[in-house]
Amino acid sequence: MLRLRDVKAYYQTPRAVVKAVDGVTLDVRENEILGIAGESGCGKSTLLRAMYDSLEPPLKIVAGKIEAEMKNDRGKTVTLAPGEIRKHWWRFISYIPQGSMSALNPVVRIEKQFFDAISRKHHLTNRREIHERIASYLRELELPVEVLNSYPHQLSGGMRQRVLVALGTFLHPQIVLADEPTTALDVVIQKGILLMLAQVQEQMKNSLVIVSHDIGVHYQITHRIAIMYNGKIVEIGPTETVFNNPLHPYTQMLIQSIPHVGDQKHREGISGRPPSLTDPPPGCRFAARCPFVMDICREEMPSLLEVEPDHFVACYLHREPLQARKGVG
Amino acid sequence: MIKLNGRLKAGGILLLLFIIVGVILPRFSPYDPRSWNAVPRNLQPSLAHLLGTTSLGQDTFWLLTFAVQNSLFIGVVVAFFATTIGVLAGLIGGFVGGPIDRGLTLLMDVFISVPSLPILILVASLLHGKTSLLTISLVLIVFNWPWPARQVRSIALSMREREFINTARFSGASTLSIIVREIFPYVLTWSLANFVNTVLVAIATESGLAVIGLSSVEQATLGTMIYWGLQYQALLAHRWWWIGTPVIAIILLFIALFLASTGFADFSAERRGRQRA
Amino acid sequence: MRFARYLFSRLVTYFLVIWIGMTVIFFVPRFLPSDPVTAALGRVMSSGSTMRPEEVQAMRSTLMQLYGLEGTLPEQYFNFMKRAVFGGSFGPSLAFYPTPVNALIGKSLPWTLFLLLTSTLIAWVIGNLIGLLAGYQSGKIYSKVLEGIAIFLYPIPYYILALILIILFVYINPIFPVSFNVQRASLSPEFIYSAIFNSVLPALSIIVGAFGWWVLSMKALSAGIAEEDYVSFARLKGVGEPTIMGRYIMRNAILPQITQLALNIGTIFNGALITEILFGYPGLGTLTYTAVVQSDYNLLMGTISIGIIAVATAALVVDLLYPLFDPRIEYR
Repeated sequence: MLRLRDVKAYYQTPRAVVKAVDGVTLDVRENEILGIAGESGCGKSTLLRAMYDSLEPPLKIVAGKIEAEMKNDRGKTVTLAPGEIRKHWWRFISYIPQGSMSALNPVVRIEKQFFDAISRKHHLTNRREIHERIASYLRELELPVEVLNSYPHQLSGGMRQRVLVALGTFLHPQIVLADEPTTALDVVIQKGILLMLAQVQEQMKNSLVIVSHDIGVHYQITHRIAIMYNGKIVEIGPTETVFNNPLHPYTQMLIQSIPHVGDQKHREGISGRPPSLTDPPPGCRFAARCPFVMDICREEMPSLLEVEPDHFVACYLHREPLQARKGVG
Repeated sequence: MIKLNGRLKAGGILLLLFIIVGVILPRFSPYDPRSWNAVPRNLQPSLAHLLGTTSLGQDTFWLLTFAVQNSLFIGVVVAFFATTIGVLAGLIGGFVGGPIDRGLTLLMDVFISVPSLPILILVASLLHGKTSLLTISLVLIVFNWPWPARQVRSIALSMREREFINTARFSGASTLSIIVREIFPYVLTWSLANFVNTVLVAIATESGLAVIGLSSVEQATLGTMIYWGLQYQALLAHRWWWIGTPVIAIILLFIALFLASTGFADFSAERRGRQRA
Repeated sequence: MRFARYLFSRLVTYFLVIWIGMTVIFFVPRFLPSDPVTAALGRVMSSGSTMRPEEVQAMRSTLMQLYGLEGTLPEQYFNFMKRAVFGGSFGPSLAFYPTPVNALIGKSLPWTLFLLLTSTLIAWVIGNLIGLLAGYQSGKIYSKVLEGIAIFLYPIPYYILALILIILFVYINPIFPVSFNVQRASLSPEFIYSAIFNSVLPALSIIVGAFGWWVLSMKALSAGIAEEDYVSFARLKGVGEPTIMGRYIMRNAILPQITQLALNIGTIFNGALITEILFGYPGLGTLTYTAVVQSDYNLLMGTISIGIIAVATAALVVDLLYPLFDPRIEYR
C-alpha cells in the first residue's frame, strides 16, 4: 500500500514553477481499485508518476512524504521511500501507460518486451521457465499465446492495450498504476480492458490505481474514487457513495455530465477554465467557476474533512466533520 | 534585428568572404589568369606576391580570386537551374499526382541512382579537352535536379492533406493560387537550403573532374589549380603554397556552404515554430 | 507475400536504372560533335604514318565495327544492348589490343569492390556508432565535440582528403609509397599484407570523408527517437541504459540509415573514382582514367557501364536487406 502526505510535486524551470501536484494526501489501500478522476491538466498523471517514483528533473517532489509498504520475498513488510521504490519496479509496483500504439517498441517482438521488464533483481534466470510463466499468464487472461511472437503493428489497438495490461501485471505486483488505460479506444474495447483489469485485481487482490478523465470508467470498476482539480484532491470516498451523493460542486458537475440512455436533458459544460498552475489563487481553486461560491472560498483553502464514513471533501459547504478525529482519505 | 543562429552566422561570414574574394577582387587583378609566364616562377610568398607564384608563372593569389569566381559561378548557375527545375517537378508531381507523378518519380530515382561522375568522364573524354564549363554545368544540372525535387515532392504530398489547403480549396481558390500563396513560402525556405547544398555538390563535382584533368583546364577553377599543381609535381617539389591554397580554399568554401545551408534550415524551422506559436 | 511486391517494384526500378543508364551512355557519344572514329583516324595519321585511301577506308570500317557504329541507329542500339547486357562483351580494348575489355575490367573490379565496400561499411558502422553516442547524450561536451568534427569533415570531398593524406604521409612523413606498389603474386600472405598496406590511404580518404554524414544523421535520428513513448516506457519498466541504447534506440534509428546507404552509394562511388586515380589504385577508376587518356573508346564504354551496374546492384542489395531489419515492411 501507499501513503501520500501533503505531497507537492513541481516542475521547476527558470521561467516559472508549475505546481502540478500541490498538497495531495491520500492512501492507496490493499485490495482495492482506486480511481483518480479529473480533467486534463489537473495533475493526475504527475501524481501517478510521483507514486511510481519516476519523476525526473525538472519535475521534483518538493514537499510531503510518500511511503510504500512492501511485502518482501521473506514475507516481511518493509517501508520504502522514493528512491527505494524504483528499485522494486515491476515486481512490487508497475505502470501501465496510456496510448497503446507508441508504448511498444515497433521492431522488437512482444515476448522480448516482456523479458525486458525482468531484471537481475527479480532473481529469475531460467528463460524457459519465464516463457512458460508468461504464456500461462496470457492463457489465464484469455489472450492468444501467438501474441508473444508478434510485432506491435500486427496487433489491433485493443489487443495492444491488453498486452500492456498483461505486461504490467505478469509479475504479480502489489500495486498497479494505470494511466488512462482506455483512452483512444472505442467503447466496446474499453469495456473489455476494464473487465480485464478488474479480473486481474480480483485474482491478485492487489491495489490498482486508475487515472482517467472519463468519469464513466471510474463508475464501472473503481471501489473508491478521488476527484482531482488543479493539483489538489477535492473529494474522495467510496465510488457508490460519491456518485450517489456528490458533495463537492465540481464533482456534482462531473457526474451530471455523464450521458444516460434515454436522457434528453440539455447538457451544459462547466463554464470557465481552471486557474493557472504556475500562479494559483489563494483560496479554493474552484472558486471562479463554482455556482455556490462564498467569500471565504476565495480567501482560504479548504482542507479535506470526513463528512460521511470514509467520504472526505474539501469545501466550505460541508464543514461538519463526522467526528473529531484526524481525517485521511 | 533578426536573431541568427551560430552556424548561420559563421557560414554567412565565411561565404561573404568568399564572395568578396571571388566577385569583387578579380576586377582588381593585374594579371590575366589564363596567361602563363606573366611573373617569375615558383617564388615564395612576398609582399609583391601574397601567396607566391606557380610553376606556370602566375601569381597564386590573383589566380585564386579567378578560381573562386569561376567555381562559384558554376556552383550558382547549376544550383539555380537544378533547384528551379527540381522544385517545379516536385511540386507538380506531389500536388498533381497520378501518372505524371509516377513518371517524374521514376526519373528522379533513375538520376539519383546513376552516378554522375562516370557520365561526366564520358562526356569530357569524348570532347577531347574541348570541354567547356557550360557543358559540365549542363550535365550537372541534369543530375542534380532530383534531390530538391524529391524533397519538395514529399512536402507537397503532405501539404495536400493539410487542413489549410482544403480550406483554401473549399473557399474556391484555384489550384494555381493555392500553390503560389500557401505552399510556395513554405517550399521557398527548403529551396534555399537545397540551393546552397547544390552549389556545394556542383563545385565539388567539377573540381573532382578538374583534378583529374577532365574539366576545362585553361580556365581557372579551384579544381584546375590543383590539377596544374599535380601536373607540375608540386607535391614532390614541396611547393605547398601553390597546391595548398586551392585545397584549403575548397575546404573553407565547403564548410562555409554547409554551415550556411544547415544553419539556414535550422533558422527557418525555428522561425516557423515561433510564428505558429 | 507483400514482400514479393516490394521485391518486384524494387527490381523494376533496378532494371530501369541500368537500362536508362546504358541508353544515356549509348547516346552521349552520338550527340557530341566529335566522332570517335574520325578522332582515332586523326591520331593514327598524325603519328606520322601515311596511308593510302583504301587503307584508310579499311581502317575506318574496322574501327566502325569495333566501336559498334555500323548500321542504322536502332541497329546500333540493339547491338549495343545485346552485347553489353546479354553477351556481356564490350569488345577488345584498343590501348591494350587485343585484350578484351572484359578481362581488364575483371582484373580491376575486385580491387574497387574491395576498397569501396570495406571503406563504406567501416565508415557507416563507425559513423553510426559515434552518432548514436552523440545523440544519446546530446548535452555532454564530447557529443558536441564529435558533432563539430563531423561538421568539419563532412563537406570535404574525398579527393581533397586524399590529397591531404598524400601530402602528410607520402611527402612530409613518408610512410606510404608514392604510388600503388603491389607484387602481383597469388594470394600469398605478402601479397595480402602488401595489398592492405597500400590500400590504407585510399581507404582512409573514403572513410574519413564519408563517416561525417553518418555521425550527423544518426545523431539527429537517435535524439529524436530518444523522445519516443516506447523509450520512456522502457525506462519505466526498469530496462537498463545499454539495452535502451541498443534495442530501443539503435534498432529503430538504423532503419532510415540503411535506406540512406542505398541512396548514397552513387555519391560515394563518385568520390572513390577520383580517389583511386589520385593514388594510382588498380581499380575501376584508374582503368577509366587510362581509357580516357589513351582514347580507348571500348574500354571507356565498358568501365562506365560496369560502374553504373555496380552502383545500381549495390543499392539494390542494400534495399533488399532492409526488410530483414524492419518487420513492418511486409505491410508497406
